[in-house]
Amino acid sequence: MSTPTVETHSAALDAVEAGSTKLINVTFRIRRFNPEEHPDPVWVDYQLEMDPKERILDALNKIKWEQDGTLTYRRSCAHGICGSDAMRINGRNRLACKTLVKDVDPAKPITIEAIKGLAVLKDLIVDMDPFFQAYKDVMPFLITSGNEPTRERLQSQADRERFDDTTKCILCAACTSSCPVFWNDGQYFGPAAIVNAHRFIFDSRDEGAEQRLEVLNDREGVWRCRTTFNCSEACPRGIEVTKAIQEVKRALVTRRF
Amino acid sequence: MQIHQYDTVIVGAGGAGMRAAIESTQRSRTAVLTKLYPTRSHTGAAQGGMCAALANVEEDNWEWHTFDTVKGGDYLVDQDAAEIMCKEAIDAVLDLEKMGLPFSRTDQGRIDQRRFGGHSRNHGEAPVRRSCYAADRTGHMILQTLFQNCVKHGVEFFNEFYVLDLLINDGKTAGVVAYELATGEIHVFQAKAVVFASGGTGKMFKVTSNAHTLTGDGQAVALRRGLPLEDMEFFQFHPTGIWRMGILLTEGARGEGGILRNKDGERFMERYAPVMKDLASRDVCSRAIYSEIRAGRGCGPEGDHVYLDLTHLPPEQLDAKLPDITEFARTYLGIEPYTDPIPIQPTAHYAMGGIPTNVEGEVLSNNTDIVPGLYAAGEVACVSVHGANRLGTNSLLDINVFGRRAGIAAAAYADKHDFVELPENPGALVEALVEGLRESTGTESVAAIRRELQESMDTNVSVYRTGKTLQQAVEDVQALKERFKNVSIQDKGSRYNTDLLEAVELGNLLDLAEVLVVSALAREESRGGHYREDFPTRDDVKFMQHTMAYREVAEDGSTSIRLDYKPVVQTRYQPMERKY
Repeated sequence: MSTPTVETHSAALDAVEAGSTKLINVTFRIRRFNPEEHPDPVWVDYQLEMDPKERILDALNKIKWEQDGTLTYRRSCAHGICGSDAMRINGRNRLACKTLVKDVDPAKPITIEAIKGLAVLKDLIVDMDPFFQAYKDVMPFLITSGNEPTRERLQSQADRERFDDTTKCILCAACTSSCPVFWNDGQYFGPAAIVNAHRFIFDSRDEGAEQRLEVLNDREGVWRCRTTFNCSEACPRGIEVTKAIQEVKRALVTRRF
Repeated sequence: MQIHQYDTVIVGAGGAGMRAAIESTQRSRTAVLTKLYPTRSHTGAAQGGMCAALANVEEDNWEWHTFDTVKGGDYLVDQDAAEIMCKEAIDAVLDLEKMGLPFSRTDQGRIDQRRFGGHSRNHGEAPVRRSCYAADRTGHMILQTLFQNCVKHGVEFFNEFYVLDLLINDGKTAGVVAYELATGEIHVFQAKAVVFASGGTGKMFKVTSNAHTLTGDGQAVALRRGLPLEDMEFFQFHPTGIWRMGILLTEGARGEGGILRNKDGERFMERYAPVMKDLASRDVCSRAIYSEIRAGRGCGPEGDHVYLDLTHLPPEQLDAKLPDITEFARTYLGIEPYTDPIPIQPTAHYAMGGIPTNVEGEVLSNNTDIVPGLYAAGEVACVSVHGANRLGTNSLLDINVFGRRAGIAAAAYADKHDFVELPENPGALVEALVEGLRESTGTESVAAIRRELQESMDTNVSVYRTGKTLQQAVEDVQALKERFKNVSIQDKGSRYNTDLLEAVELGNLLDLAEVLVVSALAREESRGGHYREDFPTRDDVKFMQHTMAYREVAEDGSTSIRLDYKPVVQTRYQPMERKY
């Protein structure tokens, strides 16, 4: 049990423990927007010295704290759990706290802008209300009938595994705001709402699948999905979003779930 | 300025706030004011589980859980409160399951349970499987499940509303005042009952597992309004934060068999806790880690960390039980936890102290009296079920048990009482605060003062403390408070002014850091998370009592902290020497 296993170090561990890394100069090109000051957005460049292992969120904090206090964005946990800081980094939806400088090419300016398809309110802050409304519309809660058991409901490990992937969603909107259908059609539920419907439709304890499928069968529902896989690529939690949408579509046809 | 009226107002939408809201919304007209969107709260970052003596996988009972909680808290726990929490834990877990929480399951389809630090069979005999979990995402699942049920019950949220003041008139709760981030507008919420559930204060430290947003807003508001704060010197340092970053790696990793090792590869916890080993309570493990580092057995070129070793565990087990923390190691360190040990160090994690309440969640204005209509639950509160050191998983339990109790009690109070008249000029204090910051032409920056505060706290008020380091911290914090008066912000606008928000948050952190260090300096003993090298033993004669800290305002407007003490409630357990 107590066999030492730490004598042989990988190069990766050695690199981590060496600590100090050479700082590099990085340009961050941020799309700023403040309608209190100007009706149009404008790109602004910021130069920073960064450790390539730092997060994009660290860069935004450095800019805000050391250069320009007016830069505005949402953030909280800073390690990819709370879903506050989804943004377009070099044209791709990512969480700023889960993207390291070295993950994007720091030799060129790194572009940062608000996620698309939701109204920008200031800098990187968008109006999240339509996103959460779509979530609420799919009835994202366990629906059951009959008397509650005194103990827990039983669920086999296999049944629990069936919907595990979609329980990981942190409602960051990276998927929904990467979806070209969502950009062009203000009424499409968007991938995140469908992911959360999936989470309940395939939960063996739930009895509300028919009601949810009725909602999703609407003309603005799942059928709008064109299977472009943007959402799966965007998901910072690694959820197979497109697959979940396909499973919901199949459930609509077969009524089997 | 807008004025709203609700029977019950809940401040904060993490686990405790939403658990309260689910109850109070069904009984009274309720508004939840939250500075973040609800699912952004730091409850979501909790990983390892929520303990309850379900006995699904081995013999267990709530009395053993109560004993562990009291012992874990180094006998500063109010034992009546701990007993209620551990008894109600069972229903709290079952309630969450019925709300839809996707717990990990046993072969028989029951809620699975695993080992966790300080949780033992029969009063310390051996580790027990008590923690109900969903992989290493238990907090995420609790937060999502509670939000889902808030949607189900139509809970009314005011998102990105930052509560900056509490209104008390003639000793009774009248409402709160909030700043709307989107517009800069000030809103007065008149309410019969108010529940504070606004979370912890971890951002006063540099290396912390806490979110940027955890700035003690509720505690600071209460302190400013003359209410006491209890046991603020007790701050938990979680043993396994990612080295230098502080990101939490769950104790569940050790519950699954993970081992702490020093640079020689030695499983050093065997020397410090022969029975519980790596599953000793958090204060014990964190002190052991720093003892190893001080003895020159730390890892890396600077010898300033140790390893969390998971390499002997099968990759399938890591994938199934610890998927998120292994991903953190890959993302933030670039190492593979299947084959590499993970560099870790203790990370500032949890405030055991807070706004004092009784077991119904009612806030105390002194050792015995309550503030009618005012409630608190979760990390902002001090019931006290955690005493001098919280056991792992008991925070998720606390928010569910006492969040529920506070929600029910607040709605019942609102049902029986009328609105208290608003004081004259209810928004005056907040207007002055906001305008003062916006118009300031001072020369100090928020970021610089915050950095210096965090550095002083990490250096002087960490796992090991002495009178000298604490005195230094008192001087540092008081000097920073002086400088804060001369702080200015760059963003003068009214739309999403997060520059202003950060300044207000820093003001709160400074006020609370002062309470923490003054309380710590006066506590000349070592107990739980508060370890004084100059007073290395527990002193039950002088200090088996809760600290009650009050902010005093002198005639010239200057402020100071006055300390008082409150007896500990003892029922079943006499203090014993604490061994793991």
